Amino acid sequence: MSRIGVITFPGTLDDVDAARAVRYAGAEAVSLWHDDADLRGVDAVVVPGGFSYGDYLRAGAIAARSPVMGPVVEAGRAGMPVLGICNGFQILCEAGLLPGALVRNHGLRFVCREVGLRVEADTAWTSAFTVGQQITVPLKSGEGRYVADDATLDALEAEGRVVFRYTEPAPNGALRDIAGISSADGRVVGLMPHPEHAIDALTGPGTDGLGLFTSVLSRITAPPPPMAARA
Amino acid sequence: MTEVSEFHATRVPPRRPGNLEGVARVIVDVLPKAEILDPQGQAVARAMGRLGVGGVADVRQGKHFELEVDDTVGDAELEHIAGTLLANPVIEEWVVRRVQ
Repeated sequence: MSRIGVITFPGTLDDVDAARAVRYAGAEAVSLWHDDADLRGVDAVVVPGGFSYGDYLRAGAIAARSPVMGPVVEAGRAGMPVLGICNGFQILCEAGLLPGALVRNHGLRFVCREVGLRVEADTAWTSAFTVGQQITVPLKSGEGRYVADDATLDALEAEGRVVFRYTEPAPNGALRDIAGISSADGRVVGLMPHPEHAIDALTGPGTDGLGLFTSVLSRITAPPPPMAARA
Repeated sequence: MTEVSEFHATRVPPRRPGNLEGVARVIVDVLPKAEILDPQGQAVARAMGRLGVGGVADVRQGKHFELEVDDTVGDAELEHIAGTLLANPVIEEWVVRRVQ
């Protein structure tokens, strides 16, 4: 059975739901602790939402320098699937695994409601969807406005790294209505809305979010061998 | 430098007694980049109008850090701290000043 790590930082809120989503998808959820620089042999990592370290300084800034993030960044750069949700997306941007930043919503209001997303790229976390498919998941964030300079935005679009876009004008003012992006290899994905809250019709708007967690199961592979061992 | 020192002389607490020779005070000011929308600054600017002061065209809200560092911390380390932790270069600009 695939083992997917879920990190808990002080102030993380959504690790329990993320672990539940992992189990619904048919994998084993492995708890990872912010102060422990050990990924416990997991095959993929979810960085869940909340308000890590109180979001002092900037959302995700202190969590991005916590002990567990060293191996997460290293593994993510080597091709391990990593999913950052909400605060987790902010942490991945602050850690440099994904480009750009998340800033205060343009309307200054915390947005908490269901949103429509269009899946725009085939990545390790979206292979269960078809490109162009629309899904409904909750959005709940005060600092969800994705920003990056024009050159970065153009590159993300040209390289097919805009993974999710709001189907309406972004409720947080995100540039180009971007809700989620990926790394160049499509294995590290971050998004502001919460797929882990949309895996069971009893507790969410539907089951659309489960697709992210089932997608990764088919994309988990051993890390590529070191360069010297290829050839 | 002078105006910053005078400003902070009024509000930075005096150094703790004891042997702090070699300790310097460093100010790091961080502001959102001009091209980044700053809705918090705009909200503050609108409130100024309600005080009856209509001449404030723009407000940008940032962060002010006061560091006490020993003499092992050089300018390169200070710039590293400011540019990788205190400020996010994607959205913010910063100034580092030694004031003592």
